[in-house]
Amino acid sequence: MRYTDEFRDPVAAKGVLAAIAQVVEDLGATEKEPVRIMEICGGHTHAIFRYGLDRLTPPGLEFIHGPGCPVCVLPMSRVDECVELAERPEVIFTTFGDAMRVPGTRKSLLQAKADGADIRMVYSPLDALALARKNPDREVVFFGLGFETTTPSTALSILQAAAEGLTNFSVFCNHITVPPPIKALLDDPEMTLDGFVGPGHVSMVIGLEPYRFIAKDYGKPIVVAGFEPLDLLQSVLMVLRQLAEGRAEVENQYARVVPADGNPQSLAACAEVYEPRERFEWRGLGEIDKSGLKIRAPYAAFDAERKFEIGYGAGPRAVAEPEGCACGLVMTGRIKPPACPKFGKDCTPERPLGALMVSSEGACAAYHQYGAARLEAAE
Amino acid sequence: MCLGIPGRIVAISDPERKLATVEISGVRREVNVVCIKPEDKPLESLVGSWALIHVGFAMSLIDEAEAAKTLEILMQLGEAQQEIEAMRASAAAE
Repeated sequence: MRYTDEFRDPVAAKGVLAAIAQVVEDLGATEKEPVRIMEICGGHTHAIFRYGLDRLTPPGLEFIHGPGCPVCVLPMSRVDECVELAERPEVIFTTFGDAMRVPGTRKSLLQAKADGADIRMVYSPLDALALARKNPDREVVFFGLGFETTTPSTALSILQAAAEGLTNFSVFCNHITVPPPIKALLDDPEMTLDGFVGPGHVSMVIGLEPYRFIAKDYGKPIVVAGFEPLDLLQSVLMVLRQLAEGRAEVENQYARVVPADGNPQSLAACAEVYEPRERFEWRGLGEIDKSGLKIRAPYAAFDAERKFEIGYGAGPRAVAEPEGCACGLVMTGRIKPPACPKFGKDCTPERPLGALMVSSEGACAAYHQYGAARLEAAE
Repeated sequence: MCLGIPGRIVAISDPERKLATVEISGVRREVNVVCIKPEDKPLESLVGSWALIHVGFAMSLIDEAEAAKTLEILMQLGEAQQEIEAMRASAAAE
């Protein structure tokens, strides 16, 4: 149990683990018929593996790794469109580094860059704005990627560009939102989830209200959690206690960072700049209603989809995933990563085939990274 | 990209654009602070505060102890190093 050394407060962790074991037992859950709790956020998935939480908790508790890793749910067709945009001679294509290695049909952005496309990795959309100011004769396109933690930053950058009258800055908006895929998972008749650990930083922006339907309409508990191992364990215990007491509520374990109403300035900027798309494509999950954001008409000048006539809905979509790639099955919790025939063979973090192997927040990358350490620990 | 990194606001660099200089693990960069702007106080009142920074935007004020704990976890996950590297690379690219 070398992982316990890393808890700030091992005594408290021990106490919470004992309580978890007790409630799991009270629920009558076993390895064969476990309580299944989905951690929605990829950051939580990473932390669960890093600290070995799935091994410290009893076998009657199973973690299902959710779709909360934006890079992992990015369809190949979107990557293809990024490459197409980046290959235009007038374009400087700017992106977070996370998206560089996601495979496209023809190539990844990393390969496109090596082939001569002007692609710049940026830390922030503010850096893309700065590039637009410095290069008035070029078109600077920012790849808007991510959930509600990054949607405000893109919206505020568009508002800043509008205030300055920048005409050579646009956003290829592929932002997505957390609640719709959760609803899609809950509507899936094969899905047997008992409760959720909710994302911390997404909730810091959107607050608790958007999760209400999970408790109210589907009768499942959800607890918004912080990122420390003890936060995660406490949140799991809170979900289990709700189950044991027959409650289904939205609870907030991470109140020190997450206000119940979210961040009003962020929400106002997003409401001003975006509207929901009718539906959007997710890698591994298919099309999900109202799950993507597009730029509203008053900001059309900053919308790369309109400017370059490209993007979701503009051309044929639904490119087939690489043959044998089981990302979709992993993402919906039907199989664990090592059950994929490509795992660790044709698909590794160095040469990813599926998107779940690209990001450190992807379930496959987490299994791959921490699997070896676990074998050592077991010896 | 999704996990914020704690930084301390050291100066307001561009009040009109709501930009501040923030120090994140010894690296300084400009971030937007509009989302944590106090309603009834000037931007200057933010100097000295800690905030969670997401892709160049301060999204939430946090206390110093929370900042230290969060940074430690992010270091253990390797996420802090990634963010700081991305910040350095982005500054170099300009």
